[in-house]
Amino acid sequence: MTSGQIEIQMLAVVVAVACALPGTFLVLRRLALVSDAISHSILLGIVLGFFVAGDVNSPILLVAAALVGLVTVVLVAVLQRTGLVKEDAAIGLVFPALFSIGVILISRYADNVHLDIDAVLLGELAFAPFDRLVFWGWDFGPISLVVMTVILALNVASIMVFWKELKLSTFDPALAVALGLAPAAVQYGLMSLVSLTAVGAFDAVGSILVVALMIAPPATAYLLTDSLPRLVVLASAIGAGSALSGYWLAYLLDASIAGAMASMTGVFFALAWLLAPGRGLVAAARRRARQKLEFAQTMLAIHLANHEGRPEAATESRVEHLQGHLRWEPQFAERIVRGAERRGLIRQRDGRLELTESGRLAANEAVAR
Amino acid sequence: MSGLLALELLSDYTLRTVALGSAAIGVTSGALGTFAVLRRQSLLGDAISHAALPGVALAFLLTGSKAPLTLVIGAALAGFIGTLVVIGVVRTTRIKYDSALGIVLSVFFGVGLVLLTYIQQRPDASQAGLDRFLFGQAAALLQRDLVTMAVLGGIALLLMLLAWKELKLLAFDPDFGTSLGFPMRALDVLLTSLLVVAIVIGLQTVGVVLMAAMVIAPAAAARQWTDRLGLVTALAGCFGALAGVTGAVLSAEAVRLPTGPTIVLCVTGIVILSLVVAPRRGLAWRELRGRRDRRRLRLATVLQDLHALEVQHPGANRGHSEAVVSVMSGGALPSLRELERRGLVRRLGDDAWALTESGRARVEP
Repeated sequence: MTSGQIEIQMLAVVVAVACALPGTFLVLRRLALVSDAISHSILLGIVLGFFVAGDVNSPILLVAAALVGLVTVVLVAVLQRTGLVKEDAAIGLVFPALFSIGVILISRYADNVHLDIDAVLLGELAFAPFDRLVFWGWDFGPISLVVMTVILALNVASIMVFWKELKLSTFDPALAVALGLAPAAVQYGLMSLVSLTAVGAFDAVGSILVVALMIAPPATAYLLTDSLPRLVVLASAIGAGSALSGYWLAYLLDASIAGAMASMTGVFFALAWLLAPGRGLVAAARRRARQKLEFAQTMLAIHLANHEGRPEAATESRVEHLQGHLRWEPQFAERIVRGAERRGLIRQRDGRLELTESGRLAANEAVAR
Repeated sequence: MSGLLALELLSDYTLRTVALGSAAIGVTSGALGTFAVLRRQSLLGDAISHAALPGVALAFLLTGSKAPLTLVIGAALAGFIGTLVVIGVVRTTRIKYDSALGIVLSVFFGVGLVLLTYIQQRPDASQAGLDRFLFGQAAALLQRDLVTMAVLGGIALLLMLLAWKELKLLAFDPDFGTSLGFPMRALDVLLTSLLVVAIVIGLQTVGVVLMAAMVIAPAAAARQWTDRLGLVTALAGCFGALAGVTGAVLSAEAVRLPTGPTIVLCVTGIVILSLVVAPRRGLAWRELRGRRDRRRLRLATVLQDLHALEVQHPGANRGHSEAVVSVMSGGALPSLRELERRGLVRRLGDDAWALTESGRARVEP
């Protein structure tokens, strides 16, 4: 690996983790699509900041973009409060408009500078190592890596300092108000983090893939754990894993790194969706199958208990009889009988089934329930 | 000027194609967007349009053709699969609708991006033109695109009209529909498929990123003007067409004015106008009504106060000073003058106000 490759991967991991941290709370607060809105509309802020500063590397761009991100959130809230449009429509009205203004400004007035729409929308991680931060002859590494590391540190610090407030206002906003924790302030604080992170990540991965990094890893982690600290850590780890595997996927295909990272977040999500222990589709299907068998075995025990000690017991307890009486296919009946035997509910004697002590107990219990 | 433009529209082949195409897109997405907005699925349009990108790229990769129908079919399939994933995730996990939309939107787009960049670096491919799906390019519309768009949009609108009553039921009371024995789930699938069609035919012109606005904005604007579903749908179609034609023509005429964003700004203008001036619901209307109500309330209060004073001071027919009334309801002089003008209050002296007969009749039950 060349040093450029290492730096690109470091940047990818830092961006992914920085996005996953606020993203976790967006997912939990059902605000996932706010990241979509913010990551688009900050383009306008970047353009306006560029007009003010006249330089694409000026920190004014970051500030202006983060401010426009907040303006987006406020506009959505204002529009929603008029009661004329619902929240989802409000989001869908605000960000395309702001984004469009940004795109038009770029293509009319800033087309010749280093601010072209494709790069802004799609990001280009591969160029990151060329813009370096050099102070007094010291090379501090790629600018975007430095910026994103600062943003990551800010995210980690904010989440650690305001952990309690974030947690409470996410899960029980009413209690948070009652305790005087000002959920609105927490909300706007979180939105500021989202805006700032989106602006920083924008350069590296582009606006739409910021959404992937903010939403998909936390959602994946949400399928795997119930504890908030574990969720945050797991989301960051999945983000980092997507970043690294995405980089190598892009390397293999010679395709967009950002796109490959987003694709990998999707792969991880699909894996968790299918295989998550206890909650995944596979686990759910197996649970359903097992429940079906256990239910049938209990049915068999109840059936035997009903006829036990009666004159018809001799015929009712024959395996062939089950097929007619309980409408079981021969194969299914055999499976259930074998299963029930294994569980010690019944035993076979001369082609007849009889209940064991525990089988009798299980049948009585099931009926009593 | 407008006459000139109209003349130009009729004579200039490119401009006519662009205008007709944008109109077709606007009508279809506007009308079908109404249902999405009413059902609070506005952002489903965003997810579908982003999800369509890998479909476009795959269709090209597999067939090597850039025929509009091929790409549209690829886009539609991918958009439809994206919708199915959203529904599946919501139904089988505890992940909420918004996160499911966000995942589908961004991951599908990411896959599309990988495919596009993969196609672009292949030496053999004449890939140029696929990236216009990102931002749209009206000027590149050709006659064959127009035919594809018009036919598909027409079919979608026709199906919407045929299933009108059922779709209305789906939008407002799906449970009632189920109890009547309508196949609500099938209708949901139908409506979503129509929405997918409306979106994918617009991708080339408006672009993946901004197509959501063409679904949401016309309907949100139309909703302000009327409460009737039929009218909202028709109006949304008109607004969509108006914004589409205006934006596309502007962008084709001006230098460096990208089509998608221009159309979006036009439709946003219509939304803002509707939010402000629409009768009854509009903000300006609401403000006027608020003022009128406040004034009416003030007049009624002053009238009541004068009456209370008369009741408390029987026999004293010399009237009451403005200062006394103002103590009761604050700054009463303008209201007293207005009431005098209406003949409900009369002035006995310089600063002595009393109810007239009709004023008293208005207060007393």
